[in-house]
Amino acid sequence: MEPHPLLATLNVDHPAVLARAISIVENGRSGFEQLLSALHPKIGRAHRVGITGPPGAGKSTLTHELAAAYRARGLTVAIVAVDPTSPFTGGALLGDRIRMEGVALDPGVFIRSMATRGSLGGLATSTREVCDVLDAAGFDRILIETVGVGQSELDVARMADTTVLVLVPESGDGIQTLKSGVMEIADLFVVNKADRPGAEKLQSEIEVTLGIRKGNALRRIKGHHGVSFKKAGVKEAPPIPEPAGWEPPVLLASAAKSEGIDAIVAAVAAHLAAIGATGELVERRRRRLALRTREVVSRAVDRWVWREASTEALIADRIDDMFEGRTSPYDVAALVVAGLKEGAL
Amino acid sequence: MRDGNGSAADLASRLADRERELAELTREVEAWRAEFGRLPLRSDGNFTSISGRSAEPVYTPADLVDTLGGDGLLPGRFPYTRGIHPTMYRGKLWTMRQFAGFGTAIDTNRRYKFLLERGQTGLSVAFDFPTLMGYDSDHPRSEGEVGKCGVAISSLAVMETLFVGIPLVQVSTSMTINGPAAILWCFYIAAAEKQGVDIAKLQGTVQNDMLKEYQAQHAWVYPVDRAMKIIVDMFEWGAEHTPRWNTISISGYHIREAGATAAQELAFTLANGFSYIEHGVARGLAVDSFAPRLSFFWDVHNDFFEEIAKLRAARRIWARHLRDRYGARDDRSWKMRFHCQTAGVSLTAQQPLNNVARVAYQALAAVLGGTQSLHTNALDETLALPTEESVRVALRTQQILAYETGAANVADPLGGSYYVEALTDTMEREAEGLFAEIDAHGGVVKAIEKGWFQRQIAASAARFQDEVDAGTRAVVGVNAFVEDEADRPLETLRVGQEADQTQRERLARLRAERDEPRVGRALAELTRAAEEDRNLIPAMLDCARAYATLFEIRYALERVYGAYKEPVFF
Amino acid sequence: MPNTKPLPRPIRVLVAKPGLDGHDRGAKVVAAALRDAGMEVIYTGLHQTPEMIATAAIQEDADVVGLSILSGAHMTLFPRVRKLLDAQGRQDILLTGGGIIPPEDIETLARQGVGRLFGPGTPLADLIDYINAWAADHLE
Repeated sequence: MEPHPLLATLNVDHPAVLARAISIVENGRSGFEQLLSALHPKIGRAHRVGITGPPGAGKSTLTHELAAAYRARGLTVAIVAVDPTSPFTGGALLGDRIRMEGVALDPGVFIRSMATRGSLGGLATSTREVCDVLDAAGFDRILIETVGVGQSELDVARMADTTVLVLVPESGDGIQTLKSGVMEIADLFVVNKADRPGAEKLQSEIEVTLGIRKGNALRRIKGHHGVSFKKAGVKEAPPIPEPAGWEPPVLLASAAKSEGIDAIVAAVAAHLAAIGATGELVERRRRRLALRTREVVSRAVDRWVWREASTEALIADRIDDMFEGRTSPYDVAALVVAGLKEGAL
Repeated sequence: MRDGNGSAADLASRLADRERELAELTREVEAWRAEFGRLPLRSDGNFTSISGRSAEPVYTPADLVDTLGGDGLLPGRFPYTRGIHPTMYRGKLWTMRQFAGFGTAIDTNRRYKFLLERGQTGLSVAFDFPTLMGYDSDHPRSEGEVGKCGVAISSLAVMETLFVGIPLVQVSTSMTINGPAAILWCFYIAAAEKQGVDIAKLQGTVQNDMLKEYQAQHAWVYPVDRAMKIIVDMFEWGAEHTPRWNTISISGYHIREAGATAAQELAFTLANGFSYIEHGVARGLAVDSFAPRLSFFWDVHNDFFEEIAKLRAARRIWARHLRDRYGARDDRSWKMRFHCQTAGVSLTAQQPLNNVARVAYQALAAVLGGTQSLHTNALDETLALPTEESVRVALRTQQILAYETGAANVADPLGGSYYVEALTDTMEREAEGLFAEIDAHGGVVKAIEKGWFQRQIAASAARFQDEVDAGTRAVVGVNAFVEDEADRPLETLRVGQEADQTQRERLARLRAERDEPRVGRALAELTRAAEEDRNLIPAMLDCARAYATLFEIRYALERVYGAYKEPVFF
Repeated sequence: MPNTKPLPRPIRVLVAKPGLDGHDRGAKVVAAALRDAGMEVIYTGLHQTPEMIATAAIQEDADVVGLSILSGAHMTLFPRVRKLLDAQGRQDILLTGGGIIPPEDIETLARQGVGRLFGPGTPLADLIDYINAWAADHLE
């Protein structure tokens, strides 16, 4: 097969090409799967970091600060900022760039805003594929920012190598309000806006909850108890956990004041090192390849069943019969499946 | 003043009388409604104000809650509903103060002399956007904007040029500047020193209202708490050294222009005023030492009676809160002095001559509302900066009002109107309700951080736009009485790139000729003052005197204070 | 609506507020209206330089760039953004906008590759129709 025309210049130095390749993937334009397939050998180098949390937690500011910190270390950074599409109009207002002005003109940073859209195959898949394009283009770090409120956003966060959950002291009744499942996906916690009252309380609440999960509610508390904001990790790196078993650290930060960023960078690196050392990183990536294959198959099957085959027409044809009780949705479904298998639809 | 002739029994019997009268009146109004309430109304009628307030068909004494009488009966008496001066415009007309500035300091100096020769009584400096943001004319971010919407003032040297031949001891000057207000104020003071003026005699105003910048206008430089510190520094230093200078003009204008309703403009602006009082008091300043130098600035929009009621209510609320809540004892602290400007946002690009009529009605509302000074917009200001011709018409509009209409002959001529009094009461109540909401959000600064004001204003703006788009809110020439043929094009003022070039050359010359070590020392001292949390004005004034530039001074503080980052609100 | 044919994907519009003035009410109202019309709107905030706007438009693969300019700097800003987009091979991006812009300047800018510019008081529907009509012919 002809190599895709965009492949030759798909790199950090050609943002317009990169941007167009992302659009092709995001829009599922014809040939996008071939493009991704051709990129496959080049992916796997970037460290993908998911940043999630409730609205107003300061995720964009933190993402910006992390990007600036990586740039200071000579690393290239891609940012994917995901915001919801309105279910009523199909439109979206993507405002995350406002917070990222400090790196906007840096040629080593590429920022892309994405709307959730409700695309075929799901948001998680298309975001993952966009990240693959950025990975293949050679970025060292890919930061994926999502609002942690819905299942699809959770899926996006889960696809990262390292997932950072950002919380703020005033987010309601502390961690009780977090959707179940959110606590579990975090590889590290950041209590942002830590100069506000309640930061340390939230920090210890999270630690207690994490301790309970491990069967020892108070074990983690000791080291931090009574320690001031500065000593608790804003200025210094946190203790690096043993690589054998990763315990999510709970860090204080004030992203708007660039405080606590180095500790987060260190913890993110420590997490990658830890899962690398245990072989979990390799395991995660192998699992993801299997998962990706399933997703692509599902997408293809979906497209075939719902767009290419005459499934919808058959259903429409039998609606009256189902309504009158002459047949049931189960009979019709069986008919559809049989028809698909035989190539009759 | 109480007439003092009432015993308790007397009072009770008079109250009972009044209640009977009210009940009778209410019955009469109901009967009137029953008889006439079903009469057909005109189909194109929209009986709500532009702020969305609906009006009754007629008002009677039954609508009055806080009836005039006792304390509020006369002008010059607490709570000053009817005006802060006993004689109002019989003693002194309002100051006719046209906001002007464009191109270079030389261009603007010429415009000031043009206005002063034609009977204007105060100056008002419009700065260009780079200056408003604290950038020098040769800063890369200034490109394309130097001198475009105002005059570019990057140093004391240009400020001196701006007032060549205008004795600063005689004029009062208003400067519309916020983020870098302290710096421009220092340039002005230093320019006055150069003219040999005793700065204690300087009269004027620096807008310096940062709270509304975060809420609506967005010319910010430093984070909120640092901006408040600089403002209080100015209150403190000004009280001692420039006692006739208004160190702040707390502005509803920009809040309104951003789309707020009249009640929101009223309440948000007053809440900001209270916040400045509280910040000054927290510094340890006595309220009466700085409150008399706080002035206000209101927008005067299209809805004639609502605007008048807003201005009357504003005075009353300020007086009551200053006396009863903040314990001010000096009556100068109670009196709200204010400037008004007709609503820029109400001008239309379509059929621009119609704007003359709009401005005239708005100006009349400002005067009937008891303003101390007034800017009337020129008819072409929605298209470009005004020409001399259009500015002259705007100024003449004020002169016709002052000398031909008789509106200036009587204090608060609408006082006692059932409608205006009822509306004044209503607006006061609405403002108090909004104060409670702001308090519930943790006060003005917290509510800014949460984006509450920004969202309230945006919602009002959207509601108004929806009404215009739907055609339920008539805007003459825009969605009603539209002319098909293109309007006769108006001659507008063109500001070329010359100002940019001239300014760059001046700055280059200044940097080459000034005493560089002195500049360096002055800027370092300012940075130190910020680090040590001292009052910044003395060090900043030394920077100005040494011909440090605007951006150099801005940056000397930014190194310590950081910059404000735009929040994300829609 | 002049075009009812459904588009293959949402139109991506970058709405930017160049210049040093803080008058973002218009830009925000437009951004919200375009979203409500089903477009994906990337809003970049206040005080954007032409370089920042062009960089964002390239990275976001925007179809349309809309600038709101009230500071009088339109004759500097529109051509600069156009040039920066063209230099990246994005002559296809529709550059449009609004603000206080005299008719003779609108003509001059049109000759330099700038699309329709909307004056004060234009109904939002005009802008939405304009972008939709353009997209119907140009969107891939």
